[in-house]
Amino acid sequence: MDYFITLINEIYKILFLVIPILVSVAMIVWLDRRVWGLVQKRRGPNVVGPFGLFQTLADALKYIFKEIIIPASANKTIFILAPIITMTLALVAWAVIPLSETLVLSDINVGILYLFAISSLGVYGIIMGGWASNSKYPFLGAIRSAAQMVSYEVSIGIIIINVLLCVGSLNLNDIVLAQKNLWYVIPLFPMFVVFFISALAETNRPPFDLPEAEAELVAGYQTEYSGMMYAMFWLGEYANILLMCAMGSILFLGGWLPPLDIYPLNIVPAPFWMIFKILFLFFLFAIIKAIVPRYRYDQLMRLGWKVFLPFSLIYVVLTASFLLYFDKLPKGSF
Amino acid sequence: MNLNRFLKTIFLTEFFSAIIKAIREIFRPKKTINYPFEKGQISPRYRGEHALRRYPNGEERCIACKLCEAVCPAQAITIESEERKDGSRKTTRYDIDMLKCIYCGLCQESCPVDAIVQGPNFEFATETREELYYNKEKLLDNGDRWESVLAKNLKTDNIYK
Repeated sequence: MDYFITLINEIYKILFLVIPILVSVAMIVWLDRRVWGLVQKRRGPNVVGPFGLFQTLADALKYIFKEIIIPASANKTIFILAPIITMTLALVAWAVIPLSETLVLSDINVGILYLFAISSLGVYGIIMGGWASNSKYPFLGAIRSAAQMVSYEVSIGIIIINVLLCVGSLNLNDIVLAQKNLWYVIPLFPMFVVFFISALAETNRPPFDLPEAEAELVAGYQTEYSGMMYAMFWLGEYANILLMCAMGSILFLGGWLPPLDIYPLNIVPAPFWMIFKILFLFFLFAIIKAIVPRYRYDQLMRLGWKVFLPFSLIYVVLTASFLLYFDKLPKGSF
Repeated sequence: MNLNRFLKTIFLTEFFSAIIKAIREIFRPKKTINYPFEKGQISPRYRGEHALRRYPNGEERCIACKLCEAVCPAQAITIESEERKDGSRKTTRYDIDMLKCIYCGLCQESCPVDAIVQGPNFEFATETREELYYNKEKLLDNGDRWESVLAKNLKTDNIYK
């Protein structure tokens, strides 16, 4: 009996996390399309619900009632598994994201490693989808995507090392609390920029949307998908984007901390600050989608391996020597 | 790479100026219209949905000369006619297959009595194909419904003919 109560309690907690994320993904898709439209002097979705807010829900409803087509030559099991994996991984990673000091599903002490591991696994969904479709364009898209995500993960990992050097803990709440006096975006600003650009590449957003480059690859790895399976890829993608925004705000923008610990700002509840920062980063994501042309594939690889990787490595050395020289290494952790 | 370009790259000046420009564009007036709620201007010469017009006394204009049927490049028009009791020749059947029609406007141009015209209506999409096989009643009904606009458009456009 006790076991069941714990189980139901856990399920309740998970639903309490997953449902708000799915709803906010829906809202974020709307925001993305709206910002994109507004920058291009269009109106964006504005018919369904107030300001078109329910557009994504209407779209999701449409996808649910569409037929799922599985190509005859596809590997059925993997083909069906791919969108499920993408979406599950995108949602699972949220378990460690702290919305405030207490509002976190599992406050594990290797939070950032967990986050990094899960976001690296995300590429499997795409590769499996592209491979199992047994068709040209999905395959090319999946190959591009794999190469791209692996390349940029390397520099993201090294950027995370920069932050960890300053914090001395892998726990996400500790990382946030270490920024009480100074957000890391100030001393590590170049790393923030590199992180942001890598996050764009990691989530296949423009200007790095080569895996689904619609002009050359139809829709990349999603070409053969339809109905709810396509929608799941799409949900997973946006959940991943939100996750990257959350990661950026935790690592560099002080997570759930108010910008200044002064009176009118510090009575605002902590989750509000976290959401505000995520939205701010997402707004940048959306604006960038509207202002930049797509990168060529060799440019993408050059940026990842020849610019970001050496640059972030040098910055690790700089940060480490600075901390060591001024005796500012975090105490008691190493 | 010269110094100027290098500084521009590392300080991301072009990137930030692009973002500022994009944010400014957000608040500019939009170039698109809010379509189902507001509609754009349509020329009086617009070739939309067909209509058969009547004279003010209610008599239909069509004299069944079949010029439109002959000129129609898509052969979308089918006309059958017979002599009425008062000696006039009138159509018994006037069908337009709106799915075949290419909206070229030749029927309207060929009509000697301005009976068949293409009105300003373009929102006549249907859910089945059958609904787009227009017959005489449907076309006359269109004519009655749009008469005021049709007459005005013909008058406006007349000087260019």
